[in-house]
Amino acid sequence: MTSGMRLSQEGIVAALAALLFVGFSLTLSNFLTVNNLISLVRSVSILGILGIGMGLVIISRGIDLAMVATMVVASSWVLSMVQSGTPLGWALLFGMGFAILVGAATGILVAYALVPAIFTTLAMGLIVYGTGRAYLFQVDVQNAPSNYPWFSFLGTGNVLGIPMPIIAVGFLALVMWVLLRYTRFGRFVYATGDNILAARIVGIPVRLLIVAQFILTSLIAYAAGIIMSSAVSSMSTRIYNSTMIYDVLLVVVLGGISLSGGRGGVRNVLVGTLLVGVLLNGMTILDIPYTEQNLIKSVILLFALIIDSFINPRDEQTAQQQQGDI
Amino acid sequence: MFSQASLTRLRYKYLPDHLIGEVLSKRWVDNAIPFLVLLIVIAVLGPLLPNFFTLSSLSDLGRQMAEFGLIVLALAIVLLSGGIDLSVGSMFAMAVLGSLLGMNVWELPVLIVLAGVLAMGALYGLLNGVLIGYLRLRAFLTTLVTLIILRSVYVIVFLHYSTALVTGFADSALWDFIGFGTVYGFPLSLLVSGLIAIVWHIVLSRMRPGWRLTAVGGARRSAYNAGINVRRTVCLAYVWSGILCSVAGFLYAARLGSAGADTGIGMEVSALTAVVLGGNSLGGGRGSVAKAILGALLVLIITNSLISFGVPGSITSTVLGIFLIAAVFLDMRWVRNKEQLLSKSYVSPTYLNLPPPPKTTDPASPYRLNDKLRTVEVIGLGEIEGPEDVILDRHDNLYCGTRHGDIVKFFAPDYQTNEVLAHIGGHPLGMAFDKNDNLLVCIGGMGLYQVTPDGISTKVTDETNRRWTSVVDDSRLRLADDLDIAPDGRIFFSEATVRYEQEEWATDALESRGNGRIICYDPRDGSTRTVLPNLVFANGITTMRDGCSILYAESWTCSISRYYFAGPKKGRTEPVLTNLPGYPDNINRASDGNYWAALLGMRTPALDLAMTMPDFRRRMAKRVAPDFWLYPNINTGCVIKFDENGNILESLWDLGGQNHPMITSMREHKGWLYLGGVSNNRIGRYRIEGADPNWTGPASYWGDAK
Repeated sequence: MTSGMRLSQEGIVAALAALLFVGFSLTLSNFLTVNNLISLVRSVSILGILGIGMGLVIISRGIDLAMVATMVVASSWVLSMVQSGTPLGWALLFGMGFAILVGAATGILVAYALVPAIFTTLAMGLIVYGTGRAYLFQVDVQNAPSNYPWFSFLGTGNVLGIPMPIIAVGFLALVMWVLLRYTRFGRFVYATGDNILAARIVGIPVRLLIVAQFILTSLIAYAAGIIMSSAVSSMSTRIYNSTMIYDVLLVVVLGGISLSGGRGGVRNVLVGTLLVGVLLNGMTILDIPYTEQNLIKSVILLFALIIDSFINPRDEQTAQQQQGDI
Repeated sequence: MFSQASLTRLRYKYLPDHLIGEVLSKRWVDNAIPFLVLLIVIAVLGPLLPNFFTLSSLSDLGRQMAEFGLIVLALAIVLLSGGIDLSVGSMFAMAVLGSLLGMNVWELPVLIVLAGVLAMGALYGLLNGVLIGYLRLRAFLTTLVTLIILRSVYVIVFLHYSTALVTGFADSALWDFIGFGTVYGFPLSLLVSGLIAIVWHIVLSRMRPGWRLTAVGGARRSAYNAGINVRRTVCLAYVWSGILCSVAGFLYAARLGSAGADTGIGMEVSALTAVVLGGNSLGGGRGSVAKAILGALLVLIITNSLISFGVPGSITSTVLGIFLIAAVFLDMRWVRNKEQLLSKSYVSPTYLNLPPPPKTTDPASPYRLNDKLRTVEVIGLGEIEGPEDVILDRHDNLYCGTRHGDIVKFFAPDYQTNEVLAHIGGHPLGMAFDKNDNLLVCIGGMGLYQVTPDGISTKVTDETNRRWTSVVDDSRLRLADDLDIAPDGRIFFSEATVRYEQEEWATDALESRGNGRIICYDPRDGSTRTVLPNLVFANGITTMRDGCSILYAESWTCSISRYYFAGPKKGRTEPVLTNLPGYPDNINRASDGNYWAALLGMRTPALDLAMTMPDFRRRMAKRVAPDFWLYPNINTGCVIKFDENGNILESLWDLGGQNHPMITSMREHKGWLYLGGVSNNRIGRYRIEGADPNWTGPASYWGDAK
């Protein structure tokens, strides 16, 4: 129990990632090339950004299943506004307002109306996507504007040879790391996740904190959407119907952020992202079809959950909550 | 013309506001709200949609309901066990695919396909069940993951067989009958689902497995401590969920004969919305088949209507999302606040105007204060607790009940030794001997019991007829209080209140409504019937010497009345004593042909005034802790003797309450008066001057010993 050698999930995952990495390097001829490695990291950069946002809410024992919907709808709306003549700056501002609105609505429902986050965000995803699809844009795929070089730079540019999406992940990770570790807000997030009642008694403004978290997560999802639409110069609303949100959960849970809250940090997300990135990249090189990839990913997620339940066993006393077993 | 007081009196006489609390205390009130919503939805949408009530539309709705209802039922069962199953949509899709593969591609017999599909469903459910029940994973995320896994498998298999599925053809009459057949005009699938629903209703509400399931969902830890195999119960809930979803998929496949890439997508959200909308609690432990059906109907009608209005699918899902949030929100609020609402609205005081009480300080008053009881001898001090009633048998032995649930026998002649005659469990209250020397006892919370001289106790009755006008279940005896036996053997006993338990008597005093009654048990045919309903805390009872009437006390109205159960005045009630200075309890015969009555407490001007102000008392009950309520003054009590015309002859007091603080009962025996008190730890014994030294109760009732 007290041994310092105790295996953390993060350690296992990191080792697993390394093992896969070595395995793929040895068996796949074009795996260990600079180009492939950069494309590997780039392909999971969006997942990493979303994972960092998801990690934040999960640490405080929440969850946000509406992230992908927010990402898709907010950025599609921005693109569609630009296409119909709105200056990009204004459009981005509107999109940001939309993301804040979604986050605030979710947060208020969770914190003040006491609707469990998992149901709020599940329904919020439907609401956001349905509204967006019906009122904010007409076609499935929105094209990114080509007359704004700085917008394209966000997704496709390089700084010192490193692609912008990777820089964005790094920057966001740094900010989040500082936020969680060295600010009062961050420590309060951990306190809330550990024991919300205790946090409340101590005097932490728990409700405002929850609202702030959901707004922050929503904004992070929005940022991911903007970077994504810049990187592939379009945004497909069909992404909402894909299993992306589960990939985000996979990244977070795999990395070792406990769903019981109060544990984990940015590093866990990065480790999880790395493993998923190596896996996806390897499977793509192996030419495994998309549906089979999904199957493999979800089976891995299932094992991650099982391992999580052994490493962070739930306290039976507090396992049953008013909102059910979630 | 009407004074304020008479308006208040009329308002409390005719407005049954105690029903609000009683309705809220019913389990079916949970179903009433979604049912009302359903009626409103039908009333609003029915006229708007031209084809809503046509036969074909209803038949189509019925078939959809058969499939969707089963899925909602599956989810409701899991929810009841305290979990959640999001993989219902994928399990459903797999079953559709499996059925079509079996019928169209492999051309197997229908029953084998059905068996195979059900087995597959059980297997998916077992996967969820083992992971959640035995490995104790989180239900939401686990079933989310199995949702994706099964969906991936579905897509892979579907793409592989998609052409074969379309080109294949099922040549089976049974298969067509399942899909399109009707029995007496009802779609077959609806009948099948209805049957399954009825079976599940019986299992959940009447059988052990269902109760275990509910117990696990309601309080997992308590269920474990009660010896229920929690893990297996949880696991089985998921297995059944898988099986029910497979039945739904099978029916769907038979009806439509095809599957698409989007079959079953998003079903978990609409099923979840339906379950919660119907009133099943997310936290588990509260739910039923009826709730599931209500919710399923609601969601189905709403989505179908949106489709017929031409609303795009994305808006439909938005509406569903909004409904889901609203339903979860209401469920949270309802579960959280129901008890509070109930406790705030259950107590419902009524108007009671008592005239000013007779003065006990007046030297000419028959109630004038004295200290005659201060010098009573004390029996069994500290050995008994709560002898509400005392009684003596033919051999002068003394009996009393205790709050520990015993009947204690003190041995004549000196009452220094005692034994526990019988242990019954509830607090024994009023007692009486029948002509065979059996002791009949009213037990608070249990009913009417009989104890033989050997100490063998048997239940005589614990239920009476249910009145249709009563919302609370008044067939069970909650507070049987005192009894007496008519010469023909019929037992008349009082029940103080049907709304409260024994320890809540003070709350009933606060209400002062006619919650009590007199019940008759007839040993000749073993029947129990309520004879006098709506009495205000019916308390002491004694049969009168004419053999065809009883005297009964109503405590909170401070009155004693006479009821004729036989003879020329049969069925009539006459007041004997009204406006007593205190609250009467037990009544018993005196040796000189008159009657003794105990006053358990005295009236106070403040409480008398409060009795005319029901709103005031309601506010008191809501806002003030029970310790600070206005109570009857039970620090002082007395014994009165009166004749059958209602003249008070004598009163006996222990004013300071030093020797015998509270009196709820008294029994005359051979020149002595034996006193009991429900909160005393002793029995008092008072020498009555000039009383017949040979008179005993049993002889007075049943003649001298044979």
